[in-house]
Amino acid sequence: MKFGILVNEGPFTHQASDTAYQFAKAALEKGHDVPRVFFYYDGVNNANKFSAPQADDRNLVKLWGQLAAEKNVDLVVCVAAGQRRGIQDANLADGFRISGLGQLVEAGMGCDRLMMFGD
Amino acid sequence: MLHTVNKSPFERNSLDTCLRLAKKGSAILLIEDGVIAAIKGTAQSAKIEGAMGDHAIYVLGPDLKARAFSADSVIDGVKVVDYAGFVDLAEEHGTHNAWL
Amino acid sequence: MAEFEFETEGVKKTFTFMNRKAPYGTIYALEVLETVLISAAFEQHANIIFVDDGVYQIKAGQDTTAINMKNFSPTYGIIEMEKEDADEDDDIDMVWRIIVEKESLDARGLTEDDFKVSVEVLSAAEIADIVDASDCVISG
Repeated sequence: MKFGILVNEGPFTHQASDTAYQFAKAALEKGHDVPRVFFYYDGVNNANKFSAPQADDRNLVKLWGQLAAEKNVDLVVCVAAGQRRGIQDANLADGFRISGLGQLVEAGMGCDRLMMFGD
Repeated sequence: MLHTVNKSPFERNSLDTCLRLAKKGSAILLIEDGVIAAIKGTAQSAKIEGAMGDHAIYVLGPDLKARAFSADSVIDGVKVVDYAGFVDLAEEHGTHNAWL
Repeated sequence: MAEFEFETEGVKKTFTFMNRKAPYGTIYALEVLETVLISAAFEQHANIIFVDDGVYQIKAGQDTTAINMKNFSPTYGIIEMEKEDADEDDDIDMVWRIIVEKESLDARGLTEDDFKVSVEVLSAAEIADIVDASDCVISG
């Protein structure tokens, strides 16, 4: 099964990004595909390469980037939501790309399930 | 349809709206702070107890444990699942409807 | 970095956009609206549903001058126009419904006359059936 994922909130303030990540990881471990994760609203903040959590805590920005690299997951940051919140190429973390809202609609159209995680 | 509710019924009306708008025979999974709705003996327990007849109700184990709840504190009939179980529910029950 | 190419030729899905929050206290109303508009470009079916405080998003007479925020409520008029164009044009296969929950209206002392756009007022049970039949649900 192909799971598309929509992440509505940034790292740490809400659990949404963690839950989305754990779901994606579990889906991939079960042999499903996660072709695209779309970051919208404050979710774009998951792509900020300057996020520097404490050393003994999970680094969500890096975890998402690793998932992209290891499991071929397309991490897309909404350009309009990103612009509002100051996420641009200059501070974009590894593994993410910036694109339009159409990529979310496309994921909804092309996946078997669109899972949404927010606050 | 798989409905998820991620907020406590003490905090927000998301569970109320979910129960009002979930078609009979849905699967409902309580996640994050939403697991509080699955706990026995609270002022909100009756909501999930009352919904058991219409829907299959699940609760995410990792979120229970994080909040210091054991499986024993969960309302009878609510099934505890892990993230792999969450994926299975999503596969089995069709469209995901996240009540935030 | 993956850039997945989806097979979307000929795909027609039904998106439900569930609006539950009042406008301006958070950005969700506006950013869901932007997604609705994009879905028109893909000619997908849509249920644009207003429930709980979401009903306030389409209330007529919003004046945001004093809070210095953009009044985006005129955009609902564009949604209505997209819907009407699709309804009238036999060449466009795109069914859009703009729906308000009766229970949410009653709880807030509102009627259809309070809104900027024409809506279908449906019961919770009717909305449950419609949402249950949709392929994707997006909310803020």
